[in-house]
Amino acid sequence: MASARLTALELLLWGAAAVAVAVLPSVLSIFGVVQITVFFIFCLLAVSLDLAWGLAGLLSFGQAAFFGVGGYVYAIISMNDATTLAALVAAAGAAGVAAGALGYVAFYARLSAMFLAVMTLTVTLILLQVMGSTADPSYHIGMAVLGGYNGMTNIPSLALDPPFVSARALGPIGFFWTVSGLLIGVVVLGRLLMIAPFGRVLVAIGENEQRVELLGYDVRWRKLAIFSLSGAVAGLAGALFSSWGSFINPEVFSLAQSAQVVIWVLVGGRGSLYGAIVGALLVQALTQYLGSIGTAYTTLALGSILVVFVLLLRRGLLPTIVRGVTGRIAAADGVRQR
Amino acid sequence: MTGAPPESGRSYGGARDSAADGAVLLETRRLTKDFGGVHAVAAVDFRLRRGELRCLIGPNGAGKSTFFKMLTGQLRPTSGAILFEGTDIAGEPQHRIAARGIGIKNQVPSVWDGLSVYEHFWIAAYHRTGARSAAGLTDSLLAELGLEPIARCSVGELSHGERQWVEIGMVIAQDPKLILLDEPTAGMGLDEVERTVSLLRAINARTTLVVVEHDMQFIEMIAGMVTVFHQGRILVEDTMENVLKDSLVKEVYLGSGRTES
Amino acid sequence: MEFLFVTLIGVAFAIASLVLLSLGLAIIYGMMGVINLAQGELIMLGAYTVILSSAHGLGVWGGIVLAPFVVGAIGLVIERCIIRFLYGRLLDTMLATWGLSLAIIAAVTLALGPTTEGVATPLGHVAIGDYALSVYNLFVIAAAAVSVGFVWALFNFTKFGLIARGTMQNADMVAALGIHPPTIYMATFALGSALAGLAGAVMAPLTGVVPSLGLAYIAKVFITVTVGGAAIFGGTLGAGVFLGAIESAVSFISTPIYGQVAMLGCALLVLRIAPQGISGLWRRRG
Repeated sequence: MASARLTALELLLWGAAAVAVAVLPSVLSIFGVVQITVFFIFCLLAVSLDLAWGLAGLLSFGQAAFFGVGGYVYAIISMNDATTLAALVAAAGAAGVAAGALGYVAFYARLSAMFLAVMTLTVTLILLQVMGSTADPSYHIGMAVLGGYNGMTNIPSLALDPPFVSARALGPIGFFWTVSGLLIGVVVLGRLLMIAPFGRVLVAIGENEQRVELLGYDVRWRKLAIFSLSGAVAGLAGALFSSWGSFINPEVFSLAQSAQVVIWVLVGGRGSLYGAIVGALLVQALTQYLGSIGTAYTTLALGSILVVFVLLLRRGLLPTIVRGVTGRIAAADGVRQR
Repeated sequence: MTGAPPESGRSYGGARDSAADGAVLLETRRLTKDFGGVHAVAAVDFRLRRGELRCLIGPNGAGKSTFFKMLTGQLRPTSGAILFEGTDIAGEPQHRIAARGIGIKNQVPSVWDGLSVYEHFWIAAYHRTGARSAAGLTDSLLAELGLEPIARCSVGELSHGERQWVEIGMVIAQDPKLILLDEPTAGMGLDEVERTVSLLRAINARTTLVVVEHDMQFIEMIAGMVTVFHQGRILVEDTMENVLKDSLVKEVYLGSGRTES
Repeated sequence: MEFLFVTLIGVAFAIASLVLLSLGLAIIYGMMGVINLAQGELIMLGAYTVILSSAHGLGVWGGIVLAPFVVGAIGLVIERCIIRFLYGRLLDTMLATWGLSLAIIAAVTLALGPTTEGVATPLGHVAIGDYALSVYNLFVIAAAAVSVGFVWALFNFTKFGLIARGTMQNADMVAALGIHPPTIYMATFALGSALAGLAGAVMAPLTGVVPSLGLAYIAKVFITVTVGGAAIFGGTLGAGVFLGAIESAVSFISTPIYGQVAMLGCALLVLRIAPQGISGLWRRRG
């Protein structure tokens, strides 16, 4: 769990990250920049899950559903002559609304945590089948043909649309800076949220919801709010993904994609937002490598990692490492561990 | 916390009752909770005046905790009314009842392991007063309870007694009109019990209290009126002195050789 | 008249297949409160048992007989190696079984290939007026009825069933009587797996068998078990009838996929009203 207050170290980290991001394109090849961009998009997706799961204990197995909804909405709207910026906002909004609808049923009916997990997964799988069945060209929204399992191509790339000036698509470096900027922005805002009163109450809800209710708090709208926010951020990531590859297909709703999001946060450690990023980067690197061997190996590795971590390293890498390091430091200082 | 040695229970109890303003704060009418075929609480009529420090006693399974849980909305009554300040709150959701001004310290400490003691009090106070006052209230409560040394510790690392105190402190920070305490001294040593007694007396000056307890010494130190529960009903309601003399109560607690129906 | 009969059989078939597929998870969930996300893969393994036994000369029926034993044994191994360390940790069990699900799909893909396999549907057709009714559909209905009956008898008339029901209600009491609850959980998990294997085997001739077969069923099975609630028989049967009827009705009017969407929609509605599922509606009267 990240600390309840911002330390100087953390502010320093943000500054360093901003500098690194600014400098990175001059060090990497264009191919490298493009590659890092999609890694960062997935980091954003991981952070979105951590906002709900790490902060308030709301485990969604279907973060991929909101990701996919965002991706498809971006594609549909941008292909129908709207500005890409409007499409981006609409995508995040649509995903947020979808999360809100599901969250409303789950939280206001006071359904269990397991229900939320099962239903989000179920919705994802159903979306997979529904979107996969849209192969016939008659399935289109405006000018956007849905394309079934083949997906949608030629999705407009994110472009700057200042008024009265013709739109100009962001090149790979501009896009990289946009994605990185959004990622850093979401992390900063997320951390600020976590230390704000609203965030502290959410942490308490995640630990022991009834105790919070017995103090007079209505936990339902609070859970709905953070869950919807988490969905919106996932949708944002989805829209960026659509824009990045100019392509989207129902694979975003696959079981493997859903599992990956959970695995990233589980492996990295939930609750700090940084753990989610670490986990996403590590597992992404691994799946990239294994993917070159074969998809089945990737799936096998992901499944095995999930089982091993749940059984042996439940807290994830970052908290385990941090605890180990601070433990050593305290021991070296001769401080008695309480 | 420096507690003065407790005064003798009886005279204190008398003084307390006359300090109460006499208005009825809480009343239940034929309050019932059934679980399957079991009548955990059976048509209980209960009355509590503002300012009282009432003790609830009775053997295990007599229905005391179930009674409390209905008052806070943790359980829905099967039937009957719960009138708090004149309004029927039976069946209302927990958070609404809590917002009306009923706080509870549960039997098993219900706290947030990953949060600090400071945050527990702060969150309890925040709902009522907002951020600006919450910090000040938290600091003074920490001082009053003598918990400043462990203010920043994670509650998960504290001892059982300390966790009880954190939960009691949280409920105080909530500043409710009625505080229900379910076995607040369970697992405490004697000096901790004495400190708890002093604390409860101090709170009683501004809040009505109902305490479930088994520790007779504690009850003698503190009680005004005592309500005895047995098999879901109120058996006897009287001062501690009279309750101890009551033959029915003795039979219920100790048995008298005869088999109970 | 014939049309009505054939339609009724169609609805009965939809309900029966849903109940058959869900029975294994209903037992595991009803007994231990565990949602096993690898249940779909256990179904898939049952289907592959039929494929393999068919290919090796034992035929479809041989596969159907073998499947419960094969998949039951696999379930036993899973329980011993993974599930039993996670009792009481419900979300963790879901996560671990989810990982298991992925691993099993990948393992089967690597071992048996990703292409769709199939076996011919046995038993042929019978003519009802102008319509041809697949006799195998009747077999599925019969298999579902027999399975439910068998499990019901097991739970209500045998010593094991009595102990199992006792463990469900109050594991501590059962332990106090000298019986080791983890052993009961192991047995019920194996039973739930065996039933999943049977369901997969019975459904195999009706569908293309691929490693991702479980994914096609798991959504329906989850919804049914969640809506059914903790009561194994009343809940699952009730949910199966309600949701099965809706799914077949909507599928008939439009496409099977919208049948599933309708199913999910109704499930969410039911859960909004009765969070404990259909079982909860009954219990409230008590």
